[in-house]
Amino acid sequence: MSQIILYSVLTLGVAAAAFATILYVTARKFSVEEDPRVSEVTEMLPGINCGACGFPGCSGMASALVDAADSGDISHLNCPPGGQETMKNIGRYFGLDAGDIKPTVAVLRCGGSCELAPAKSNYDGPKSCALAHSTFAGESGCPIGCLMHGDCEVACPFGAISMNPVTGLPEVDEEKCTSCGACVTACPRNLFEIRPVGRKSRRVWVNCRNTEPAIVAKRNCAVACIGCGLCKKTCDNIVQAITIENNLAYIDPDKCIGCGKCVPVCPTNAIVATFEPPKPKPKKTVKEPAAT
Amino acid sequence: MQKLKTFKIGGVHPPENKLTVGKAIEELPLPKEVAIPVSQHIGKPAEVVVERGSEVKVGTLLAKASGFISAPVHSSVSGKVKKIDTVVDAQGYRRQAVLITVDGDEWEPSVDTTPEVIEEVTASAEEIVAAIAEGGVVGAGGATFPTAVKFSIPEGKSVDTLIINGVECEPYLTADHRLMLEMAEQLLVGTRILMKALGVTRSWIGIENNKPDAIEHLQKVIGDKGAAGLIPEGTIEVLPLRVKYPQGGEKQLIKAATGREVPSARLPLDVGCVVSNVSTAIAVYHAVQKGRPFIDRIVTVTGKNLVAAGRGGNFRVRIGTPVQALVDAVGGMPEGTGKIVMGGPMTGKSITSLTVPVTKGSGGLIFIDAAEARRLTVQNCIRCTRCVGACPMGLEPYLLEKLVQAELWEDAEREGVMDCIECGSCNFTCPSNRPILDWIRLGKTTVGALQRSRATVRAGK
Repeated sequence: MSQIILYSVLTLGVAAAAFATILYVTARKFSVEEDPRVSEVTEMLPGINCGACGFPGCSGMASALVDAADSGDISHLNCPPGGQETMKNIGRYFGLDAGDIKPTVAVLRCGGSCELAPAKSNYDGPKSCALAHSTFAGESGCPIGCLMHGDCEVACPFGAISMNPVTGLPEVDEEKCTSCGACVTACPRNLFEIRPVGRKSRRVWVNCRNTEPAIVAKRNCAVACIGCGLCKKTCDNIVQAITIENNLAYIDPDKCIGCGKCVPVCPTNAIVATFEPPKPKPKKTVKEPAAT
Repeated sequence: MQKLKTFKIGGVHPPENKLTVGKAIEELPLPKEVAIPVSQHIGKPAEVVVERGSEVKVGTLLAKASGFISAPVHSSVSGKVKKIDTVVDAQGYRRQAVLITVDGDEWEPSVDTTPEVIEEVTASAEEIVAAIAEGGVVGAGGATFPTAVKFSIPEGKSVDTLIINGVECEPYLTADHRLMLEMAEQLLVGTRILMKALGVTRSWIGIENNKPDAIEHLQKVIGDKGAAGLIPEGTIEVLPLRVKYPQGGEKQLIKAATGREVPSARLPLDVGCVVSNVSTAIAVYHAVQKGRPFIDRIVTVTGKNLVAAGRGGNFRVRIGTPVQALVDAVGGMPEGTGKIVMGGPMTGKSITSLTVPVTKGSGGLIFIDAAEARRLTVQNCIRCTRCVGACPMGLEPYLLEKLVQAELWEDAEREGVMDCIECGSCNFTCPSNRPILDWIRLGKTTVGALQRSRATVRAGK
């Protein structure tokens, strides 16, 4: 009896010792040197693995940051969800400048609500923008406008997008939006754009993507950009931030100073601002002054 | 009685509703204006060769083919080019088109407009394919694949059978049925032309057994022509088929007629077959024998409410005619219409505007009652596998639906999403009213784009 115990203990003990040796040797021989800074930087990042930085998840970003720090400059890297705060922390950690990257936010470029771009046909298929987009032009008839099925709402990992039941359009919560770009990818019509938040959250943008001729665009939507150029004329005297291409105006966010003077001149109210735009001079009133 | 042939797996039996079968083909009055889209076929859009203000006649070339898979577009009316602009297509997207103001009905002198049937086929195989290409003939069954490309057999492939598709398995549609009754002689000449182009000695005309009059009529005409020495015995045969949807699918028809199965991602050519629609064969006859390009087609205008009111019928319509003109021809839209479908009720598309022009592929216009058109409440998939049993391609539609919803494109590709022929049998049979095909279509679009980008990357390397 005692022999059995002895033998088993011996056999197992010898086997265990042998395996331990093998494991020790292999672990030593094939060990991967990981920079301890990578895991520390990963800790500092938000840890949501959204990929907005362009790297595969937060640890990917961390190794990129460590590599960049070794070459002495991390100012070109940015973590949009983490924002300025996170990047400054990381900069302090490395003793380098984090670079002055402006905070950004996702912006919807369509104003074709249920009321302003009324439905001309009735779609009763599955509620998916991607599917509706590949099926037909949309209930309003605008082939570029919002389809209102909320693919962006589903795609947003932060719950920052909600569909407004009255207008039918998605709304971005500036507080929650980290400008990760999930909505930009999810929208089959590319209606979202990542734009700078702007000083005091003042931003102005063209709320339309329709490139059709004015007469066609207006038939489907009351607030379509018709490419008339009045906004460009106004802006040309100030900062030349507006360009017009294919019947569509675009406000360059890097040049725009957020004065809002283009907002009231737009005859179709296609330009919107996050603040009360200045009242136009009474003489130059174009039909009805716009309120966002 | 001999057991009728059909394809082996899947298939459904939608109510036939062939309401307009007794109505002879009528000529639709010329519209005031036509809008002829430059892309009415699969492949590259044609290039416009006319200008604003150009005078055109019936048969004048408007746009020439650009690239190998493409087809030219001809004027279907005589008049003046009003402008070259975009018009709304069936899906509501705007596509380039040539708008022509109609003035009289003058034909190009090269077109033979006499009604006599020219029986003798003098053109050689190459000349036939060239004439088909010049005539802008595309698959008129709805797929609109350029016919000339289909009949240019690549080297190393051999074809031994031509199948003429007179199945018309889509409910409601009767255009091909009427053509077989009224233009049987032209159809047979067209068949002989296509046989000559392919160099085959055997062809079948597949017709479902629910058209006994067409089967009988064609058999009689073939007998008469055989007696006159035009059709050697056993070269063209009518093949009655059991009624089952989608018998008219190319691959299903080949299986039914020859027992051969077209492998996944391959063409009928790979099993030595070429399939062509009845109306395509007649268009080929016109292009080769009469020099008349593809400028009109037969459209069935139907619907339960419409026919109940004693209206509806089969019309010969010039390409580019707005749907509104067809609606006017049948005395307006019937009351209670909830949806207008262009094409058949199973594979057609509902249109969002009455300005949509009739194109080379539109075989029907169906007014569906609002109550019938409504989709029923979608419920959960209960894994009953009825869709699996109904799928004529042997796919698992419920699985494909789930994979597409989950955006697992590679898995969907592996499960054969690209083999789907979009017949709609799965949607039709689903007891939970799930929009299975809608999702599969999205999968096909996305996987198709993936495959193309992969091919581009490979070619780049």
